[in-house]
Amino acid sequence: MNNTGDVVVRCRNLFKTYDGKVEAVRGLDLEIRLGECFGLLGPNGAGKTTTIEILEGLLRPTSGEVEIFGRNWDAHQRELRELLGISLQETRFSEKLTVRETLRLFSNFYERPGSPEAVMEDMALKEKADTWVGKLSGGQRQRLAVAAALVGNPRILFLDEPTTGLDPQSRRQLWEIVRQFQQRGGTVLLTTHYMDEAERLCDRLAIIDQGKIIAEGTPAELIKRYCGQNMVEFAVTPALDGTGRELWQALPGVESVHEEDGLTLLSVREAHHTIPALLDAVAERGWRLVHLTTRQASLEDVFVHLTGRHLRDE
Amino acid sequence: MKVEEQAGLTPARPGASAPHSARSNGRWAGYRGLLTARMKELWREPEVVFWVFVFPLLLALGLGIAFRDKPAGVTSIAVVAGPGARRIINWLEASPQHAGIHADMLSEGEAFNRFRLGKYALVVIPQAEGGVRYRYDPARPESVLARAQVDDALQAAAGRKDLVATSSETAMEPGSRYIDFLIPGLLGMNLMNSGMWGIGFALVDMRQRKLLKRYLATPMRRSDFLLALSSSRLVLMLIEVALLLGFGMLVFHMRVLGSLLTILLIGTVGALSFGGLGLLTASRAQKIETVSGLINVVMLPMWVFSGVFFSYERFPAMLLPFIKALPLTALNDALRATILEGAPLAAQGTRLAIMAIWGGLSFLLAVKWFRWI
Repeated sequence: MNNTGDVVVRCRNLFKTYDGKVEAVRGLDLEIRLGECFGLLGPNGAGKTTTIEILEGLLRPTSGEVEIFGRNWDAHQRELRELLGISLQETRFSEKLTVRETLRLFSNFYERPGSPEAVMEDMALKEKADTWVGKLSGGQRQRLAVAAALVGNPRILFLDEPTTGLDPQSRRQLWEIVRQFQQRGGTVLLTTHYMDEAERLCDRLAIIDQGKIIAEGTPAELIKRYCGQNMVEFAVTPALDGTGRELWQALPGVESVHEEDGLTLLSVREAHHTIPALLDAVAERGWRLVHLTTRQASLEDVFVHLTGRHLRDE
Repeated sequence: MKVEEQAGLTPARPGASAPHSARSNGRWAGYRGLLTARMKELWREPEVVFWVFVFPLLLALGLGIAFRDKPAGVTSIAVVAGPGARRIINWLEASPQHAGIHADMLSEGEAFNRFRLGKYALVVIPQAEGGVRYRYDPARPESVLARAQVDDALQAAAGRKDLVATSSETAMEPGSRYIDFLIPGLLGMNLMNSGMWGIGFALVDMRQRKLLKRYLATPMRRSDFLLALSSSRLVLMLIEVALLLGFGMLVFHMRVLGSLLTILLIGTVGALSFGGLGLLTASRAQKIETVSGLINVVMLPMWVFSGVFFSYERFPAMLLPFIKALPLTALNDALRATILEGAPLAAQGTRLAIMAIWGGLSFLLAVKWFRWI
């Protein structure tokens, strides 16, 4: 990661209030560096889309500054548009145009666009080149949306929930495209509420909740910082209803304790120190262990640790 | 600007250059692309093809046939049976008017009954001393006409001499028929319909699909977008004019007296005027249901008042200034004056100005209020 020196997207103290009351973004600072894939991770309604659309120059912030390549939207609108490739969360392209015609149309807007043929090749849309958009499947439409973002030959790619609703294969295909774009020197900003996507795809990410960034770093850093390395998950009888919290916190290597649905979750640095101590503590008090597993900590655990809630509320 | 851009944005490393080999687009590539795409979309939409091209022709054909001018038909009259009835019928059959009069002999009750039902236009009742009495309805034109014709025939047969030598000729010139009145009106209405729907509906549909927003996320110039939309209207206008006028000329032998250039110019002003109104109705609506309602509200008074199917002179005089201020009235009047009377463009100043003001004001307001997102 020696190419991440220059900051290409920067925003400071961003606020966005809708209709004078709904505060979608509440003081947000971001720096995205050249060549990295940066992710905004958060649950629905966290302010991800508002944030990315402000950065894209499609929404005006209530206050705060946005700079892209050192330029701002008020003074350099057209120049910036030439440099950005954008895929909105939901765009329904004209149904009666073919894939090729749609991409040609979009390429016409740019001074120095890429070739629609090459983009279709990259996005595995070549077979559908002469198919009307109305006849495409959900995954193909999503790929077309990203293709339309790429056909302008952008330096930065903004993708708002690019894989929502896609099957696993299409998702992996899209991840591959993002990596290729990065390898060619492109910078990517994407929003997602899939933690696995954020973990695998993003070099760095910011976790957003209620319009604020609550944590920022590489996925590994975040997991290490907030959840240690491992998660120990267990349940005992009789049910303790939260009264054991201090006891668990005092066990060796425990970073944090979280309880839900009768299960206790410990984030620990070294499971091999914590687990024997846990077993002893349970045995000493005459309780019985009814469930015990350990696993690698994930970004989901980080989010739960930070907010007490899950990323995706079913 | 380009120099600055390159200076400021040169990648830190040579490897970080543009992914694909660069093509280069000129200033108008976006406009051309939008226009091409729009025309393709329109052409592939069966509803558009039907409502813009087929429907007005069907309407012209249907109304042209229903209201075609025909010679007044044969009038049926009844002669009440009795002495002298036979002689009356013989006289009528021998008269020059015999082709237009058909006489039946019936009993008095039957004759009066059928006259009441409208089957007969006139009842002739033979009188004693060789005279006749007519029973007719002064409120029915064909009844009045039948009385005059029958009386004329009987008087002549009985020996009346006409003192003035007369002759007549029939006049059924193209140019004065209902279809001649109708075709320019249909053309005007069609330009209104396709302008309002083609701009208003299309824009809200694109807004609802987030397609406007997506276009905005590219370097597309907004003026190019509006220009392409207007241009697509003008291309369609050319086809609409050619189709309806061509249809009228071929099928109904309509005569176009004005110059084609003038007609196209009026069509252009009309199409742009309604394009502006369409833009205004679409400036804020988020849903196609909303804009559909708005478009109908705007068009309804013009369907009724602007003299598409019948002359607006039938409305009370106090309404006329209001009616004449409507853009469709101006368009219809201008088209009729040019097509039917060969009026030059110079004589159409007021009408063109009315259309231009409607279109221009709508456009200005629309641009002020327009929401791309």
